[in-house]
This record gives sequence, structure tokens and C-alpha cells, in this order.
Amino acid sequence: MTSATLRHAGWILRGNPLTGVAATGVFLLVLIAIFGPWIVPYDPIVSNVSQALMPPSAAHVAGTDQLGRDVFSRLIVAARLDLAIAVSAVGISFAIGAVIGAICGYTGGRLDRGVGRFVDVVMAFPLFVLAMAMVAALGNRVENIIVATAIINLPFYIRFARAEVNVRRNVGWVEAARACGDSHISVILRFLLPNVLPAMAVQISLNLGWAILNAAGLSFIGLGVKPPTPEWGIMVAEGARFISTGKWWLVAFPGLALMLTVLCFNLLGDGVRDILDPRMRT
Amino acid sequence: MAAFGATLVRAGRRFLSSLPALFGVLVFTFLLMRVLPGDPAVFFASGPNSGKEEIEAIRKQMGLDKPVPEQLMFYLYDVGSGNLGRSMMTGQLVTKDLRERLPASLELTLTALLIALVSAVPLGVFAALRQGSLIDHGVRFFCALGVCVPTFVSGLLLIYVFYYLLGLAPDPTGRVDIFASLPPRRTGFLLIDFLLVGDFDGWWAAFRQLILPALSMALFVVAPLARITRASMLVSLGSDFVRTARSVGLPWWKVVVTYALRNAILPVITIAGIVFSTMLGANVLVEKVFSWPGVASYALDALLSSDYAPVQGFVLLMATVFVIVNLLVDILYGIADPRVTIG
Repeated sequence: MTSATLRHAGWILRGNPLTGVAATGVFLLVLIAIFGPWIVPYDPIVSNVSQALMPPSAAHVAGTDQLGRDVFSRLIVAARLDLAIAVSAVGISFAIGAVIGAICGYTGGRLDRGVGRFVDVVMAFPLFVLAMAMVAALGNRVENIIVATAIINLPFYIRFARAEVNVRRNVGWVEAARACGDSHISVILRFLLPNVLPAMAVQISLNLGWAILNAAGLSFIGLGVKPPTPEWGIMVAEGARFISTGKWWLVAFPGLALMLTVLCFNLLGDGVRDILDPRMRT
Repeated sequence: MAAFGATLVRAGRRFLSSLPALFGVLVFTFLLMRVLPGDPAVFFASGPNSGKEEIEAIRKQMGLDKPVPEQLMFYLYDVGSGNLGRSMMTGQLVTKDLRERLPASLELTLTALLIALVSAVPLGVFAALRQGSLIDHGVRFFCALGVCVPTFVSGLLLIYVFYYLLGLAPDPTGRVDIFASLPPRRTGFLLIDFLLVGDFDGWWAAFRQLILPALSMALFVVAPLARITRASMLVSLGSDFVRTARSVGLPWWKVVVTYALRNAILPVITIAGIVFSTMLGANVLVEKVFSWPGVASYALDALLSSDYAPVQGFVLLMATVFVIVNLLVDILYGIADPRVTIG
């Protein structure tokens, strides 16, 4: 990062302090995900039926669930699993999608058109339905939630990397690299991909929020994570049984955790985009 | 008229080019369901201790003893002749089950889309008209929040507020009260069927059941719609023709609605098409929260009990609905902007 970029980043942060807040939020979230199990006041798994379904109080800030487990402790411990699912899913689709997209954008021609068509079709399809079918087919396990989320994210990365590489394939420094005898693979990996990485970083941040919502939705309908594992989606699903009798905290707090997490990632993505590309501000 | 004909030709061409995609979805779901864990023959045998012969017989009856490519050919032939197989869960033909449940899902999704459009477009327009004002910031804040709340959470919180706290909404299960009498089935859309027989109490009851699930689905998609309306209105309000329209003294509503909005509506239509497809997916979550007897909850039940045929039928149905919606979007495009067809 040059000093000009830093100055620009500082200027953006002053104009849009939300980005700073979001970055702090993401940082806190990562800390919680790492140290969560050691800082919680109660054991998130062990039940204590005498304390079941207690509303929020000084002892249990977010209340207790139907087995008397502390909701706040479960929320904290769940952060690691939720983040891990989203990060690994987005990581996989980024790695594969960027390479496929870059190859398509670089070579063009029939391969590019074919992949482009396929991606268009897949993107317009109800992706949650696809993910659902995939998890059911591959087996009802957490790893398969990651695989399914990664696959439904893949088209976005392919399309994005393709477009970004395509506009750069004939610029001067690419021609120079080729003239110096670099192979096509080397041009893509050493010059084009690093060049499109910053733009992809924005996509990753925006996508993480989406991936978290997707994974939570899948576990809400009973796929993937199994009780008693603490996870935000399944906590909402368990709390749903008690909502019509007024036990709001079982749904509201995991919902709030999901909302804040997604909000932080989205705001951070918007902010990073402003820093990298001031023209795209809306 | 010529422009409309051209629109139809273009839409027809798009339809033909989406057929391979439909075929792909078909094969994909077939293969997907084939690798499902668990043997459905064992599942549907009379009990866990049923004999080997019985399981073998069920397997033969389901065609599971043949090689996979042969099963695929049989499946394609069946789909081609309008037979999607039989659900082991309900014991009925999948086409019949789906036909019974599709109106419930469509009624919910279309109502939600209507609510979303009716609230998002004015919000976006006002935000663009008063750029930088309190309304604008409010709309943008709401949009940022709206995409972050999962539909199942907002649905449950709506139940808490309107059913438990305020008592305004009825028991959030199903389309009508269990004791209520259903209207004779004509369209399957309860709101229309009740109107057709002139049963306004029934209509009101069905409407009250519908409004909460529709709202929770709409909340999630208002944000992208309002955001795109605002952005595209800003572009069109800043254009030369709006300045000209203003300068010749046209009334402000005419400038905004006839000139600015009409020109800003294309991106909104595009996003509405995409949003509709997200809503088809969100149906699964909302129908589960509200025990809505639609196709998505049917497919989910089938999925969790490894019943192949309904899930395949559901995915195929979703693909078909989505192709039809894309066609509609194309036609609307041509109507909203005749230049699209010429270009």
C-alpha cells in the first residue's frame, strides 16, 4: 500500500465512519470465534432442566432454552462454527472460481461462451433449492453444507473473475509479459490474478454474509448441523417451537447474532469497495 | 404492433435456448437423487425387520434394480409423457400432489412480490427525489438492514409481535383455520376462490393467514428492489430529458412518473426477475415457519425421508416456473422499452 492509498483510505473512513465500525465488528467476531469456548459463563451443551425457558436476567443475559442451557453462552460458542462454515465455503469457491473465470476470460472463444451460458443459467436458478438438494444427496453433514454453499457461490466468482480478466487481457503489461516469453499459465497466475484480487476481495466480503445466511437457512430446515451443537440457524429452529407461547429470546438473540454478523460483512465490503474504486460509490 | 411482434419472437428464441438448461436440471437432479444415502426400498418396507424378499420386491417395483443409465432413460421417458412418478410418502402421483400444492406457494410468493414492489418502488423514488435527506438515509439504512435479517427470523418475530403480543394475527399454521370450510376449488388461489363464491368472511380469514408469511418474505426483498429503484431514478432524474421536461413547466408528478420513472424501470424489472427466483428458494424457509401447505414444504418432507420422486418433481417445477418468469421479464422489457427489441 502506498501512502496515497492510505491517505485515500483515511479520507473514506472519515467520510464513512461505518466502515471503521464494521471492521471493528468483524475483528471482534473473529476474536469471539477463536476464544469463545474459554470466555463463556456456562457450558453450552450441559442441560439444567430446573432452569428451563427462563427469560433474560442478570444471571442469564439472553435467557435459557428448553433444556436450561444458557443462550448467551451458546451464541458465543456458535460463532466459530458459523464463521468456519462461511469462510471455508467462500474460500473454496473463490479459489476455484477465480481460476476458472480467469482462464475463460483470458482464452475467450467457445469455452468462454459455454461456461458463460452455464453460469447464467445456474445463477438465475433458485440457488437455495439447489443447495438443499445437494446437502440431502451428499449426506446430512456439516462438510456438505460447506460444499453446497461453495458450489452455489461458484458462479458469482467465475463471472466476476472472467469480466475482470477479460478487460485486461490485451493491455500493455500483459503483452509485454507474453513478449518476454511467459507462458499463458504464467501470465494468468503471476500477472492477471494478482491484479484482479483487490476487486475480488470486495466480492468475498459481500459474499461471506450471504454464505452465513445460506448455511443458517440450511441448518434451520434441519440439514447439516445436528443438535445439541450450538449453531445460530439451529438455535432459531429450536426456539421456533416456543415462539407462539411468547419465548421470544430463543429466536431474537440468534437472529440478532446473524443480522449483526451479516451487516458487518456487508458494510465492510461496501467500505473496501469505496477505498479500492471510488467510482463505484452509490 | 410490430415492436410487440418482435418482442414475442425474441421471447420465443429465449425460451428455446432455455430448454437445454431445463434438460440439464432434469439430469442433474436425477443424478443427485441417485447418490442419496439410505436405501428407499428399506425405508418403505413395512418395518425394520421386513424380509429380504419384501425389500427386493419394492426395489424392483421402484426400478432400483436396473443400471443407472437405464433408470435415467425410463425417467426421461416418464417426464416426457407427463408422469413424474409416485410419492412413497403420500402414495399419490407427484404431479397430482404438486398441482394441489402449487397454488398455495404461488399465492404466497406473488402476494409477497406485490407487497415488495408496492413498497419498494415508492421508497426508492422518494429517496432519489430527496437525495441526501432524512428519507434517503432512512431508506438506505432500512435496505442495509433488510438484507441482513434471515426470512425465518423475521417470520418468527412477526408471529411473536402480531400473534402473541397483539393478538391481531390468527394461529400461524396453514392457509385457513382447520375448522373453516374451504371454497369450491376453481383456481386454487384461496383469495380468488373465496371471491368467486362471494364469501367475504372466508376471504378475510384467508387473507389474515396469508399476510404474515407474505410480509416476512417481502421484507427480505424490499431492500434490493428499493436500492435499484433509487439508483436508476437518480440516473434518470439527472438526465437531459428530465431537465427539459422540467424547464417547459410540466407538472412535477408528470415529470417524475411519466418521464423519469418510465425510463428508470428497466433495471427494476431485471432485479424483480432475480428477486422472484430468490423468493422461490426462500419459500422453503417461510413455508416451514408458517406450516404453509405449499410445494416447498412438501419437497422438504420428501427430502428428509429420502423420497426421490417428489424432490425431482419439485426442482423441475421450480426450473419451469423460473423459465416462465424469465419469459415474462423479457416481454415486460419489450413493453417498457421498445428499443430493446431493435437493439
